[in-house]
Amino acid sequence: MADNGQLEVSVWRGDSGSGRFESFRVPAEDNQTVLDVVSWIQQNLAGDLAYRFACRVGMCGSCAMTVNGTPRWTCRTHVKKVARNNRLTIAPLANLPVIRDLATDMDPFFARWIGAGGRFVPQRTRDDPVAPVRPDSPGRQAADAGIECINCGVCHAACDTVAASPDYLGPAPLQRAWTLVNDERHGARGAVLAAVSGAGGCHNCHSMGNCTAHCPKELDPLRAIAGLKRATFLGAFGKEI
Amino acid sequence: MMRPHRNHPLWFAFVLHRVSGLALALFLPVHFYMLALALRAPERLDGFLRWAELPLVRLAEGGLVFLLAVHLFGGLRLLALEFLPFSPRQKALAAGAVSAAVLVSGLFLLSAV
Repeated sequence: MADNGQLEVSVWRGDSGSGRFESFRVPAEDNQTVLDVVSWIQQNLAGDLAYRFACRVGMCGSCAMTVNGTPRWTCRTHVKKVARNNRLTIAPLANLPVIRDLATDMDPFFARWIGAGGRFVPQRTRDDPVAPVRPDSPGRQAADAGIECINCGVCHAACDTVAASPDYLGPAPLQRAWTLVNDERHGARGAVLAAVSGAGGCHNCHSMGNCTAHCPKELDPLRAIAGLKRATFLGAFGKEI
Repeated sequence: MMRPHRNHPLWFAFVLHRVSGLALALFLPVHFYMLALALRAPERLDGFLRWAELPLVRLAEGGLVFLLAVHLFGGLRLLALEFLPFSPRQKALAAGAVSAAVLVSGLFLLSAV
């Protein structure tokens, strides 16, 4: 157990090939986030520590790490909420290659967004009038439920199916696909359903709900993936959602 | 080792469904084999049925009924999750599936004693 007023912090140093946990002592503060702790270590003890952040307020989705075994957004995770006996263990996100220390390579994650048909295809040009979409229509409400995703990768790191199946698209890209399937402005809704019903698609999901349990924005990818399963099943019988 | 990110009810529901499914898959061939004895070797089946009356075997049978019931009700929850309009009350539904299985296997044990 660390001394009073001090945190004992183990931080992963290394890359995908090799590495180890290095211990640091960090002064404890009343209001301190995990990102504050990592930044303090980088500024005072280990100038070459690699990690990633930008906004510090839970908007940009770049600071997610594994904190005491659980993937979290570190800028909005208070140390008091997660430290055990003044100890923290901080590692890079799981299920992604590590570039160095706490910085993961997010390319495989974003490639899945494209793989799930996540690129918006407009039906109108900028010269056309804006498409009228009723905010209270069921499709728009289903889409709205998923659009606050900040691409942090926490659900991807928490998903045991992603860990077991390298081809699986994963919760965030599938949730993006569900928002597009429900977006009446999207010009390729059939293509999205085709993209998510393939080998690595929505039917790989085992509904264990790690994604929904850990999403820092409290979104529900489990629900979105269930919607995709239903839509692709009905689609196989020629029915539209 | 239990990893912290798995410590939530729906992950336990997943494990319970998978483990009960595997256990039932192992049980079924034995079940059909014993049934086949009725045609092939009735006297061995009678011996087995007497063995099945032992209290410990009855208790194990209660466990079997629990596995069957929890797989049935858990499977119904998953079918509802995938085919019916989504209900956000999945934790309550999973707890309900386990409760129903406890009730069914409890009634079975009560009727067995």
